[in-house]
Order: sequence, then C-alpha cells, then structure tokens
Amino acid sequence: MKLSIYRYDPDKDAKPYLQDYQVALDPSDRMLLDAMVKAKAQDDSLSFRRSCREGVCGSDAMNVNGKNRLACITKIAELPEHVTLRPLPGLPVIRDLIVDMTQFFKQYHSIMPYVINHDPPPERERLQSPEEREQLNGLYECILCACCSTACPSFWWNPDKFVGPAGLLQAYRFLADSRDQATAERLDNLEDPYRLFRCHTIMNCVDACPKNLNPTKAINHIKELLVKRSV
Amino acid sequence: MAVILTKRFDAIVVGAGGSGMRAALELARANLKVAVLTKVFPTRSHTVAAQGGIAAPLANSTEDNWHWHMYDTVKGADYLGDQDAIEYMCRRAIEVVVELEHMGMPFDRLENGKIYQRPFGGHTQNYGTPKMAMRACAAADRTGHAMLHTLYQQNVRANTQFFVEWMALDLILDPQDGAVVGVTALEMETGEVFVLQAKAILLATGGAGRIFFSSTNAFINTGDGLGMAARARLPLEDMEFYQFHPTGVYGAGVLITEGVRGEGGYLLNKNGERFMERYAPNAKDLASRDVVSRAMTTEIKEGRGCGPEADHVMLKLDHLGPEVINQRLPGIREIAVKFANVDPIREPIPVVPTAHYMMGGIPTNYMGQVVAPEGASKEAIVPGLYAAGECACVSVHGANRLGTNSLLDLVVFGKASGEQVLKDLALQPKPHRSLPKDAGEATRARLARLDSANGGERVVDVLNDLRRTMQAHCGVFRFPDDLTEGVRKIKTIAERALRTFIQDKSRVFNTARVEALELDNLVEVAMATIVSAEARKESRGAQARSDFPERDDRNWMKHTLWYKEGNRLDYKPVHLRPLSVETMEPKARTY
Repeated sequence: MKLSIYRYDPDKDAKPYLQDYQVALDPSDRMLLDAMVKAKAQDDSLSFRRSCREGVCGSDAMNVNGKNRLACITKIAELPEHVTLRPLPGLPVIRDLIVDMTQFFKQYHSIMPYVINHDPPPERERLQSPEEREQLNGLYECILCACCSTACPSFWWNPDKFVGPAGLLQAYRFLADSRDQATAERLDNLEDPYRLFRCHTIMNCVDACPKNLNPTKAINHIKELLVKRSV
Repeated sequence: MAVILTKRFDAIVVGAGGSGMRAALELARANLKVAVLTKVFPTRSHTVAAQGGIAAPLANSTEDNWHWHMYDTVKGADYLGDQDAIEYMCRRAIEVVVELEHMGMPFDRLENGKIYQRPFGGHTQNYGTPKMAMRACAAADRTGHAMLHTLYQQNVRANTQFFVEWMALDLILDPQDGAVVGVTALEMETGEVFVLQAKAILLATGGAGRIFFSSTNAFINTGDGLGMAARARLPLEDMEFYQFHPTGVYGAGVLITEGVRGEGGYLLNKNGERFMERYAPNAKDLASRDVVSRAMTTEIKEGRGCGPEADHVMLKLDHLGPEVINQRLPGIREIAVKFANVDPIREPIPVVPTAHYMMGGIPTNYMGQVVAPEGASKEAIVPGLYAAGECACVSVHGANRLGTNSLLDLVVFGKASGEQVLKDLALQPKPHRSLPKDAGEATRARLARLDSANGGERVVDVLNDLRRTMQAHCGVFRFPDDLTEGVRKIKTIAERALRTFIQDKSRVFNTARVEALELDNLVEVAMATIVSAEARKESRGAQARSDFPERDDRNWMKHTLWYKEGNRLDYKPVHLRPLSVETMEPKARTY
C-alpha cells in the first residue's frame, strides 16, 4: 500500500510537502490506522494522534483522499492502493497530521454543553420516559472528532463566529433533553446571523460524520424552535 | 531543553478520565487552584470505551441492596479485596450514580422513567443465589462515553483548568520525608518541560493494557502513573492480577461488552454447544470474567475452538432480535460489522479472551491516599500523593474485578480522593513546601539521554518484544517454566529500554519522544506484573497457575507489594474487616 502523507514540522520545514511511504501489509492489518502505525515504524518522525483504535475517542480524524474520516475505522480493503492523507482542512497545522483544535473546542464550549436544571436535585434520579430519552439518540453519541465542522465551508470561512455542525449538534442535544430548563437562554445564545444562521444546508457534515450522525437535521430543529418562539 | 519552567498550584490531577475528572470537579467547585494534566483531550481518555454499565443497587428492576453488591464484589475478587474499601464503594454507589444522572448523563430508561439496569457477570440477588440482580446502569452500550462526556461537560461548567496534551513524567519528592511536592511534565506541542509544584498530586492515569500484545486497551494506556510511582521508589500492589475479558473481537482485540451476555447472548464452541453450562451451571455465561475466560481457553486448548485454526469461540446474540440489538447494543453491532465483518443480527461474533484490566496498582486507602510500608506500619500515608481509578489499588477488585465495578470505582474514589485532598489541604500551612534543589533533574537526564542518543534500540522493537513476551508468558493460564523464562526475558527487555533512541529530534509535538517515555512506564508495569505472578504460588482470581491450581488462603491471603529496586517483593494483609458489617468469610468460589 502506498501512503502519501502531508508533512510539516515548523521546527525545520519552510513549507509543507507530501512524503510517500510504501507499507507492506499483513493479513492482520485491517484499518488505515494499522498501515499508518507501520509507516511510523519506518519513520518515527511521522506525527499523528491516535488512541482507542475503535472509533470512540475521536483522536485520529484526518482527510483521506479528500474525505474526512477516522483512520481507525476506515477499512484498508475499501481504499484504493494509493492513499493521500492530509490534516483536517481549515484548522491550523501544528505538525504533520496534527491540527490545532482550539477554535473547534471553543465553539463547543460556547453552547453551554451541560444540562441546566434549577430545581433542587431529588434524592433519586430525575425521571425521563423512554420516549424523552429517545430524543437524545443521534445526538449524544458525538465523539468531537471534528470531521463534520472541518468539512463545512461555513466553518472554514467563519470558525470564530459560526458554531459549526459539531457544536450545533450538541446545542440541540441539550435543547432536546427533557431535564434541561434553559431553552430560552440556549436559543438566545444562538439567535445571531453567524452562530446558527451561517449554516446553508450544504450537508457536508452529514456525509463526513464517521458515527452516522446528522448535524443538519439537528440544526433544522433549532431553526424550527426559533421560528416557533417568534410566532 | 535548557530551561525548566516552574508553575505552582494547590493541587494537580494527572489524567482526565473518569476518576481524574470526578476528582477535578470536587476540587474546582471548591475554588482551589487546580491543574489537570492530560496526554489527550479529556474526552479521548479510555473511560470513553467502557460499554456495558456502571454498578449501583438502585433496585429499579430487581430487588437489590448494597449488602448483596458487596458480597458479589468480595466473592468476585476471590476474597483478596479489602472489605472496608468494598463496603465503602458499594454504600456510595447509589449516591454517585444519581449524581451522574443529575449532571445530565443520558442513561437508558425504563417505562416508569427510572434508569435502565441490566444483568451482568457475577451480579446476584441474596448473597450469591442463582437469581441474577439487574444492577448495571446503562446508557445503551456506550456507558463510558456517556459518563466521560458528562464529566467533561461539568468540568467545563466549573471552569476546571486543563493542560491538554501534557504528559506527566516524574514525581518530585521532598528528600526529608518522602512527601510528594510536585511533578514534571512535557508540553507536547512545544516540547517544553515544566516543574509543577503542588500540595497534592492525584494520579489518575488509568491502566496499562499495552503491556500485552492483544488488548482491549487504547494506545495511551501505558501505565504512566505506575511508572512514576515505581521510579519514586513506591511499591505497586497485586500486579499479578490482570483481567482477561472473555469477549475481545478475535484478531482485533476490540472489546465486546459483557452486556451482550447480560441481555441474553451466550458463547458457543465449534460443536454449537453452550459450554458455559458445564463450567458454571448456575450463572452460565454470566459467571465472573476469570471463570469464563478460563473456560473459553480450555475449550480452545482441548480442540473445541472455532475457525480453521480452532482458536476462538463464538458469541451468539442473533436470537435477541434486531430490536434489542439496535436499542441496547448498537455500538456492539457497529464494532462487529467493522472489526469482525459480521452483522450480529444474523451471525455470531468470533471472540477470544483479551487483556483488559489491571486489578493491581498504586496502593491506596479508600480515601485515595497513597500508602506504603514504613517502619512498623505496612500502610503509612505518603504525604501529598493520592491515586484513583485503574492506576490505583484500593483494593476493591482483589484478584478479579466484576463487570461495571470499574466505572463505579472511578466515580466513588475519584470523588472520595477529591474530598480527601480538600480535607488535607485545609489542615496544611498556607505556603508550599520548597522544592528540592535537584527538582526535575531525573526528568532532565532522561530527556537528555533520548535527545543525544544517535544509535541504539528502536522503541518500536523493544515495545513489541515486551508485548509479545507478556502475551506468551503471563496469560490466562500461567505455567512455572513460562513465568521463570518470562521474568528473564523482561529483565533483558528492561536493559534494552535503557538504550532506546529516536530519530525524531524535533521539539514540536514529538510523538516518538512520547512513545519512548511511555515505554519506560510499560517496562515497570510489565516487570511488576510478571515478577509478582512468578512469586505467587497459588491460583486465585485472574492468576491461574498450572502447578498450584488451588487457592491457598493459609499462605497467600495477602497483597503483593513489588518494588522496582532489585525487584524486591513484600506482602501485607488483606483488610478482612468491613466498616460496619460482619466479615465475609472466604468460601469455595463457584458460579
């Protein structure tokens, strides 16, 4: 398998370049990450993030032949023989495939990502029906890998002002939670020409999500809530 | 790396998984100046991969109480657990799980709106009767993910100060009394090294599954806190007890939750026989993990394994129906499709016992204070040092952990250690102790060696040899010759680890340097594990020896303490006396 990988070390490189690695695969190498670990065994300076290697921690998001994916759950068998790996688009590169995710997390933090409930906590669990809980499915599973936001042209253009699909998916996760009492505050927080309304329903996010979540749908739900509130 | 910079805090938490973030929340809410150091962004910590549930006797579906939970835990631990700590954990379970719910954790729900609970291995009613208790509180099969994200969100709300992608390297001790007064750390993005001074350091660095070739653990699980403790001349406790989870995906090692069997799945050998009925007539597939892993290994060894190599067994769950699988086990379906090429709605999943969880760790009491022998005491408090979660040995899991007690351990002892830090700091004088003159010197020397070495052993080669050796010599069943040979091999590998070199000399996000530093920690953990295993001449929980197949309470009802220096071993008694109830006396352990 041939990997062409984006390389850039600000310590020594004037500008980025692509470096080719020829990797001999074993039958036990199933996923792109397995091939990358082999490439790193050839050249320990090759730098990328990885941890759980099963698609739940969100560390190894990258651009694989033009598409944002998690290397650890991208099957080698489903890739062509020659694969080009680049860092997630639109974020500053720290080194090689490692990007600076500060802006991405800043947007996540901005949506008040926690349940707000002003009632004194009961002795036991707050009750929630299975139907109410069902509303959180497709939302809470987000792993914050940034595949979606860094596939979104609106986020590329205004990463400081537009919350982006990942943050908005989570904004709706808390709006949809029957235990949360901060609906008005949350909607105020998003009613802004940029924060929510920079979404132009391009739907790259849906295509990019490795967990098959649908940020566009969540964004539409938020827009509906805003419309409902205004009438 | 000429200059080492210093920062000062009230308390430092090393690690941002379940226990580190639960502790941090306690400290941040008390407005302490607290720093949380973490190698990865907090939600990437390995707590995220926990699947099946968190134990608490809420009794939402079956009758249950903390006494039964405690009994199951003591028995599951094969009587090596400290009964005071186990009582403490079980009595606080409802409180901490309800708190998680109040924080917003998305538990599954019953029709009456209460938290959904499922059966799990070794969870019984009425002190070990065949009736199973539904005690595992679940968020589908993503309980760890739901819990970790919830804890991170609460820390965002509490304005906890995280140092993301900072790797802690060495403890700094006051030479006067051995008190811990700081820690050194590498900021990965810049390559700068810091001395971080604090009145309390809490190690919450998680497990070390990467000592084995096949493991459910993440790349980051390299036993960093244990390596730091060992280098600081502190002992590691009960390291021979390493849990092999019965159901890792064959060939890939990825975890398949015991919750599959809790929901009604079961294991089959090549004859299509539900073989657990022979090994555990009552609990069957929901016996303790050590029991199930040994049964599977025996089936494979006796030629009843599946596949062309007869080297795995099958986990059948298609009879549960698509509705249960999609609602309760969606993540498992995703993993099976991706890593085993089977859709469990139609076909069984090929599985093998896979290294999963370290019962041993840094010795602590149930307040999270690190304890070590000193003078007449076997458990003198090490001032300034705390540990919680998988890196600690409280010991609530003894020789074998029950499923879903790990997440509970994280939040109970994360919270308890946070509370204890607050108490201890309130009693302390205001100013920090002064740092020793050579603070950071050990770290500087380690880094200088790596930076200047132009030849030697490749990190990846030493690491792979270490993992293969542990896999071959210290597995589900342990044989005396293998252990002796394994100790010899690990000693050679430890020598090689002193001569590693890296080609990458960059300051910026140097992952080669990080992996070399992680190897140092893995070497300590592997050595502690195999030396302790070789010395313990009995079978108990996860330690199953061919030459000593029985538990020997007369000679071995005691905790192992391993010291790095000279591979010295010491032992200390098990706490058989609980806090308020009668001792649960050791009995023959059957399921």
